Amino acid sequence: MVGPSSSHTAGAVRLGKMARTILGGMPERAQVILHGSFAQTGKGHGTYEALAAGLLGLNPDNERIPEALSLAAAQGLKVEFRTADLGDVHPNTVKFILTDGQERNVEVTGSSIGGGRIRIERVNEFPVEITGDYPALIVLHQDLPGVVAQVTSLLAAAQVNIAQMRVAREKKGAQALMVVETDQRVAPAAVELMHKVPAVLRALVIEPWQER
Amino acid sequence: MRAYADWVKAAQDCGLKIGQVVIHEQMAELEQSEDELRLRMRAHLEVMRQSVTAGLSGDRLSHTGLSGGDAAKVWARRGQTLTLTGPVINGAIARALAVAEVNAGMGKIVAAPTAGSCGVLPAVLLTVEEQLRIAEEDLVTALFTAAGVGMIIADRASVSGAEGGCQAEIGSAAAMAAAAAAELGGGSAAQTAAAAAIALKSLLGLVCDPVAGLVEVPCIKRNATATTLALTAAEMALAGIASAIPLDEVIDVMGEIGHQMPCALRETAQGGLAMSPTGQRIRAKFV
Repeated sequence: MVGPSSSHTAGAVRLGKMARTILGGMPERAQVILHGSFAQTGKGHGTYEALAAGLLGLNPDNERIPEALSLAAAQGLKVEFRTADLGDVHPNTVKFILTDGQERNVEVTGSSIGGGRIRIERVNEFPVEITGDYPALIVLHQDLPGVVAQVTSLLAAAQVNIAQMRVAREKKGAQALMVVETDQRVAPAAVELMHKVPAVLRALVIEPWQER
Repeated sequence: MRAYADWVKAAQDCGLKIGQVVIHEQMAELEQSEDELRLRMRAHLEVMRQSVTAGLSGDRLSHTGLSGGDAAKVWARRGQTLTLTGPVINGAIARALAVAEVNAGMGKIVAAPTAGSCGVLPAVLLTVEEQLRIAEEDLVTALFTAAGVGMIIADRASVSGAEGGCQAEIGSAAAMAAAAAAELGGGSAAQTAAAAAIALKSLLGLVCDPVAGLVEVPCIKRNATATTLALTAAEMALAGIASAIPLDEVIDVMGEIGHQMPCALRETAQGGLAMSPTGQRIRAKFV
C-alpha cells in the first residue's frame, strides 16, 4: 500500500472504491462526510486524497493516490468534503452521498477498522455489514414473500455457498436490501437471472479485496 | 475465537513451524495453494526490501518537511565509527526509520500490521537475515508467523490506533516481529509465543498521539525503538525465558486497555504529545 496510514489512507481508498461499486460506477458528484479520527486527523493522513482515489476506482497500492484530488477534477468528479458527528460509530467513519448524474444516487456509510480492513455499515437507510473479505451480492428488492428464496435458489443452482446473509427493510412490504457474503464468486450470468425476478429492483456483486 | 495457543499446539503435534500452520489455515480459508500464498508473501517481502533501500538513501522528505533523512544518519555511523549499540542494533534502527520515513512521504510500504507501524517487521527481518544468514524461503515462512500473530491480535483485540491506541499498532508490530525473529533464531513454536508476549507486554498502554494528526511525530522514532524492543524480546525467548502471562491473555488485556483509553489518546490528535506546546505550534503551521 501507499502511506502514511493503513486506516486513514489504505482503508479510506477501499471505502471510496466500495462506495463507487455500490453506486454502480463512477460518481459525478460526491459529498464526503468525515467523522471522529477521520475528521480530526484526515488532512495529515492524506485521507481526502485516499477517499477521492477510491471513488476514482484506484487501489490502495496505486502511487498516484497523492494526486487524486487533481485526478478527480480532471475526470469530472466533483468531491466536497466536510466533517460532522455521525453519532455512535467507529472513530474512523465516513459517509458518502453519491450521484452518477443520471438516475442513480446512493448513501454509503463505512468504517476503517485498522490495518486497511473496512466495514460498510449502512447503504441508504439499510443497516448492513460488508467487509469485502468475501465476494458479496447486494440485492435491492420489494419486501415480498419468496424473494429471498428465489435469490438463494439461484445461488444454489450456481453452486455458490452462502457464508453470511442479512436482510433489512424499510418497513413491511416496502423496499428491502439483502446482503449475501459468499464463498465463491457470483457469476454475471447468475446476477442477470436475479434481475429477471420481478421483485428484484437491482442486484450487484462486490469482488473480494486482496492486497497484491 | 482463534487462539495462538491452539496454533502452538498444532505446530508441536505436527512438527511444524507456526508459519507453516498459518499457511495451512490460510490455504483452507482462501482456497489457494501454498505456492500462491508464498508468491504473494514474497512480493510483500520485495516491497519491504525496496522500502528499506529507498529510505536509507535519505533523499525523501515528508510533505511537511518534518521528517526524512534520519535513517541515513544512523546508517552512516555504521561505516564511520565504533557505534554504541553495534552493527546489528544500528542496522535495525536505520532500517526501521527508513521504512517509516518512506511511509510518511506517501511512498509504497507493506502495512505490518498498519502503515504507521510499518518499519518494525522489515527492520527485524532484514537485520536477522543479515546476522544469521537466513534463506529467502525461511524469511517468507517467518512472515506468515508474523502475519499469524497479527491475525490473532486483530481477532481478539484490534490493530487500529483509533480503537486501541499506539499499543495496538506499534505493540502489535513488535509482537509480530518478535515472533518472527524467535522463529528465525531457531526457536520453538512456544518460544515465538513467549517472544510476542514479552514484546506486547512492554508496550501496553502506549497512547496514539500524533502531532498535527500526521504519521510522523512520534510515530517514526517509535518504529525504531519498537524494533530494538522486538529483538530484545526474541533474544530473551530464545534464551528460554517464558512469559508469565500467555500471549492470548496479553492480547486480550491490550484490547481491554484500548477500551479504557480516552478518545483524546486514540488517534484524534487531541491529547498527549499532539497537545504539547510545540505539538500545537506544529499543528498551527501545517494543518
